[in-house]
Amino acid sequence: MLKRLATSREALLLGAILVLLALISTRFPAFITPSNLVGVFNDTSPLILLALGQMIVILTKCIDLSVAANLALTGMVVALVNVAAPGVPVAVILLVAITLGTIMGMFNGLLVWKVQIPPIVVTLGTMTIYRGIIFLLSDGKWVNAHEMSPAFKAFPRMELLGLPMLSWFGILAVILFYFIMTRTTLGRAFYAVGGNPHAAVYAGINVGYTQFWAYTISGALSGLAGYLWVSRYAVAYVDLAGGFELEVVAACVIGGVSIAGGLGTVAGTLLGALFLGIVKNALPVINISPFWQLAISGAAIIIAVVFNARANRTKGRVILKSAEQTA
Amino acid sequence: MKFIKAILSAAVIAAVCIAAPAQAAPKRIALVVKALGNGFFEAAARGAEEAAKELGDVEIIYTGPTDTTAEGQIEVINSLIAQRVDAIAISANDAEALVPALKKAMNRGITVISWDSGVAPEGRQVHLNPSSNALIGNMIIKLAADHLPDGGEVAVLSATATATNQNIWIEEMNKVMGNYPGIKVVATVYGDDLADKSYREAQGLMQTYPDLDAIIAPTSIGIVAAAQAVVDAGKVGKVNVTGLGLPSEMAGAIESGASKSFAIWNPIDLGYSATMIAHALANGDATAEPGAKIPMGRMGTLTLDDDRAGAMSDPFVYDSSNIDAFKSIF
Repeated sequence: MLKRLATSREALLLGAILVLLALISTRFPAFITPSNLVGVFNDTSPLILLALGQMIVILTKCIDLSVAANLALTGMVVALVNVAAPGVPVAVILLVAITLGTIMGMFNGLLVWKVQIPPIVVTLGTMTIYRGIIFLLSDGKWVNAHEMSPAFKAFPRMELLGLPMLSWFGILAVILFYFIMTRTTLGRAFYAVGGNPHAAVYAGINVGYTQFWAYTISGALSGLAGYLWVSRYAVAYVDLAGGFELEVVAACVIGGVSIAGGLGTVAGTLLGALFLGIVKNALPVINISPFWQLAISGAAIIIAVVFNARANRTKGRVILKSAEQTA
Repeated sequence: MKFIKAILSAAVIAAVCIAAPAQAAPKRIALVVKALGNGFFEAAARGAEEAAKELGDVEIIYTGPTDTTAEGQIEVINSLIAQRVDAIAISANDAEALVPALKKAMNRGITVISWDSGVAPEGRQVHLNPSSNALIGNMIIKLAADHLPDGGEVAVLSATATATNQNIWIEEMNKVMGNYPGIKVVATVYGDDLADKSYREAQGLMQTYPDLDAIIAPTSIGIVAAAQAVVDAGKVGKVNVTGLGLPSEMAGAIESGASKSFAIWNPIDLGYSATMIAHALANGDATAEPGAKIPMGRMGTLTLDDDRAGAMSDPFVYDSSNIDAFKSIF
């Protein structure tokens, strides 16, 4: 029973989230009102978008550390486009953001696939390159609220059926990814490549090509999040979303995505992001010292990793072990 | 007649000879900033150029690293030593790390002062504070209190919990709270100088304290994010966001009414004053010792304390009446 619970990461995480919410509500009851929870989900939507992209990258045994830099660069570019041509419709801005993000993701993917540079090195490099480009484009200057057009700023806040557009993007991404991961060959390929690359090759899957697509999708999501982020906070600057890439990776790890690849689900990633989102939104309202805030977030990640390691250890290689023993 | 002519021409030649060295070697003053491409520092450079024009015999070298690191500034300092500049006026990324490099510069006879963000006393001759911590602490609470004649609840949104300048300003603010009866500081939270975290903290403040009247953010990222959070929460007119910010970044918040006023030192004045001080010291017109008074042109005089540091002036208040004039400058 315990073993089954420990392996069902989603159930465990859902339980942890409910306990967390109960604890918070004892100190600040208004936190669990539906309107506030909707607000928390809205606030977590950019993290959900990026975590889903990161999930497929990690599934293929890679990592994408450039997501926050990609987000910041895309955000800066669309902000500059908006300043130069305030009349450009939001649909075009969205297209520009997603295209630009996709190109940056493809660049990462090509370096990993064709040049065969280790993924962590590639994305550490491009992370710095993308931030550097923001500096060159903007000259280090900010793009501020009063320079952005009202339509540009209004879009993520626009309500549809009671939910802001920002939340809808999060929901749509979850549905789309659930479909991709469970119903398409590409989704199966992500698991296969990370689970056992050699077997994947024999099964006719091109490992590098699959990784390239993982990066491309991650890039597209970062680009989309870039526009949403900049328009929501109504500011674009070089250090925008600084350190956010680590939060994205943390959401995946907490959600049960194995850093070794091949293991992880959309539901887990969603819950991992929500867990972090709740922690981040709750800590400010329940008067916890900022030093404790950092410690709590860190502890959540370590506990998750411990669970990951345990979950992985109980799995597999039983035949080999018994073979070793008999030998 | 011939004799007079000869004397005159001799006098002219002599005059030229005496004047020539001063003409040939203008004082080269390097204005070293935390990072290039920052509107605040570019405005300071404009002030420095203004001072140079006024002084006549000064050449300004505006330089700095591309990101805010001490290492970057040390490289810049070393190259300035190699170029044999006459003075270095630096806004430091780190108070301690730059000391050895700046000591080396002083050993080569280069005048070294810090401004805006200081260097430890042994690494510079004079430090020019844009304002004093006491003046800033008083100003941030005054900005909030001025719009709350009947008193009210205010909260502070700072940068990081370990940011020295932020903590000192908040401390100074608490010291003068007695002068503003009816104003109550209900909380101090930290946005870590990140737009998203500051936004979330501001949201949290409004939830936890439904009667909140003002948010004081003595940090440029925090104040902008808090203003946006107030707009999104539909609390414009109810919660006033104030503190320290830049006019170009805060113009939207003033326009939307989320912020009635805010303050910052005027960077043009700061660059101007730093240049004036560096020039006076390099020329030997003033000496850097406790209690000394150094002229700063149109900004008056700087009086040095025991650490050879001084304050330029009160922070400058920006509101709807002057924001348009300043938002394009910095």
